[in-house]
Amino acid sequence: MLKMTHLSKAYRTEVVETFALRDFSIHVREGEFVAVTAPSGSGKTTFLTIAGLLEEFSGGEYQLDGANVRGLNDNQRSKLRNEKIGFIFQAFNLIADLNVQDNIDVPLRYRGFNGPERRRRIQEALGRVGLSARSRHYPAELSGGQQQRVAIARALAGSPRLLLADEPTGNLDTQMARGVLDLLEELHRDGATIVMVTHDPELAVRAQREVHIVDGQVVDLAAQPRLVATANAANTGTGT
Amino acid sequence: MFNYYVGLAVRSLKRNIVLTVLMIAAIGVGIGASMTTLTVFRAMDRDPIPQKSRQLFAVQIDNWGPNSGGVVTGDAEHFQEQISYIDANGLMNARAAHRQSAMYVTGAALTPSNPDLLPFQVQIRATYTDFFAMFDTPFLMGAPWSAADDNGRAEVVVISHELNDKIFGGANSIGKTVNLDNHEYRVVGVMGLWDPIPKYYDLNNNAYGKSAEIYLPFTRAIEGQMPSWGNNNCNGNVGEPGWAGRLRSECVWLQFWAELPTAADVEHYRTFLNNYASDQQRTGRFSWPAHTRIRDVREWLVYQHAVQDEVRILVLVSFSFLLVCLLNAMGLMLAKIMGRAGDIGVRRALGASRRAIFGQCLIEAGVIGLAGGLLGLLLTGLGLMGLRSLLSEEVSRLTHFSPSDITIAVILAVVATTLAGLYPTWRAAQVQPAWQLKAQ
Repeated sequence: MLKMTHLSKAYRTEVVETFALRDFSIHVREGEFVAVTAPSGSGKTTFLTIAGLLEEFSGGEYQLDGANVRGLNDNQRSKLRNEKIGFIFQAFNLIADLNVQDNIDVPLRYRGFNGPERRRRIQEALGRVGLSARSRHYPAELSGGQQQRVAIARALAGSPRLLLADEPTGNLDTQMARGVLDLLEELHRDGATIVMVTHDPELAVRAQREVHIVDGQVVDLAAQPRLVATANAANTGTGT
Repeated sequence: MFNYYVGLAVRSLKRNIVLTVLMIAAIGVGIGASMTTLTVFRAMDRDPIPQKSRQLFAVQIDNWGPNSGGVVTGDAEHFQEQISYIDANGLMNARAAHRQSAMYVTGAALTPSNPDLLPFQVQIRATYTDFFAMFDTPFLMGAPWSAADDNGRAEVVVISHELNDKIFGGANSIGKTVNLDNHEYRVVGVMGLWDPIPKYYDLNNNAYGKSAEIYLPFTRAIEGQMPSWGNNNCNGNVGEPGWAGRLRSECVWLQFWAELPTAADVEHYRTFLNNYASDQQRTGRFSWPAHTRIRDVREWLVYQHAVQDEVRILVLVSFSFLLVCLLNAMGLMLAKIMGRAGDIGVRRALGASRRAIFGQCLIEAGVIGLAGGLLGLLLTGLGLMGLRSLLSEEVSRLTHFSPSDITIAVILAVVATTLAGLYPTWRAAQVQPAWQLKAQ
């Protein structure tokens, strides 16, 4: 579903070149629920924006649902993003002057669905997140948890192949966070492919698989304890 | 998507009322100012007889010679705009054009047959029967007088429908008489609404004033010694005293128009006119080579400066003001759009292409322009009302807002605002969604 191979992303100024991602490889299979964890500034948001086709990468390869995305123009990337990807943001990112159903309608409009089809999908998505009764409410009239559910409904409405979630519970209290996470797990059980970026280890363990990023590179978590032990042994002169 | 974008634009405008009002006010004031002056300009500049303006020609004959008063030395184009009676008579006798007419403005005291009405002065145009066919004047009742009436100096008149309403209560007045300076004239025709602005057939005399109330045969007016009420120029030599002296003088006080339907007719008439002037040289009346011109209606309006330079400057100034207003609106739009960079980032993340964002913001600019245009229409109406109260009745006639002016105002507002919105819109389309989302 999502396959990045030796991918790199560099930010260049006149005097310095900084790599946010370097030799970054990851493969997320269809139906997987993967948590991507990383300390702050390690490149997890850059990974997410590249994965979501919001940002171009400097080198390497990226295949989304079997299609190589390198060299696509803005229109093609936007179309692919609209059809294949659903975004769930930490800050919900609902549009304040649109009510719930109009917020969910946004990606469907860009998709070119007709009116009845859009209404059907909106109702279905709202039913899925349990907010059918709130379709005419504005974001400011909803709790944080409800807003995140609307954001999830918006992400789901277009039937995307991949859900990208950026700290989806980061702005929620424990109880609301649990509800949102339960919803994500339910979506996963129903077959959705989910990539969730988080810095919260407790959240990460709820995923099927965890990928850790350090300094812009994927670190093999299984190998990490061994590497740490090796380093400790080298420092004490014992070795393994 | 157009309707969707219009809906979004309206929502967006409602979101920040103060900014919206400022933008619309800036555009409305600019449109109001520019359209007020443009309306006057267009009224002055319009083609008063588009169907025939290339077939009707004003005739000029230089009967004063080079270096005389009123002639610009070395400028062969600028000389007398009117002609003398001698030349008018000569041209009428030659009948070299398809239709032709000498004419002048005169006047008289009209004594109504209705004793309840007091006598009043009327403006009269003395002309030939061809005048009516040449200038496509409509007739409500009756018809023009005949060529025989011209030749016979008949005491007949064509009256305007306003005058017919005034003295005959709008009834059929054909065959009735009007008393002008104690002479009875038989009414042969009542004209329909005909009041060209500018009065292109006589720009020398009250170019933006109303057309005459009465038309009578030129020959009758000459016979009756009806004095000119228009401009007379004698180049310092008024000639012999009295009416006969006036007719024999080189004073210019008559307008002369010829209808020349084809290019061949035009060439033929030009040759005829030069031959006529050459004949005058041969007979000793002119001591200079033939110097004549014929100009069609459009050329005549330009030549006669029908649109005053002050009006052109005013239009330029008001459009500069519109530009300043648009720059202000552009700044406000930029602030408004960049204030929504977060929303734009979200839309981009949800699948909007740069082109879609560009379209959405451009339509929003168009909606602002439309609202500004409607406000501009209101302000233009107020501006024209203000002009009417300040200007003379003659110029006030130019301050009517036509349907085409309304269309121009709205289109100008929408197009100008959309153009002003191009830069803010381009900036909106350049919003990097990744940066916006990272920032949040």
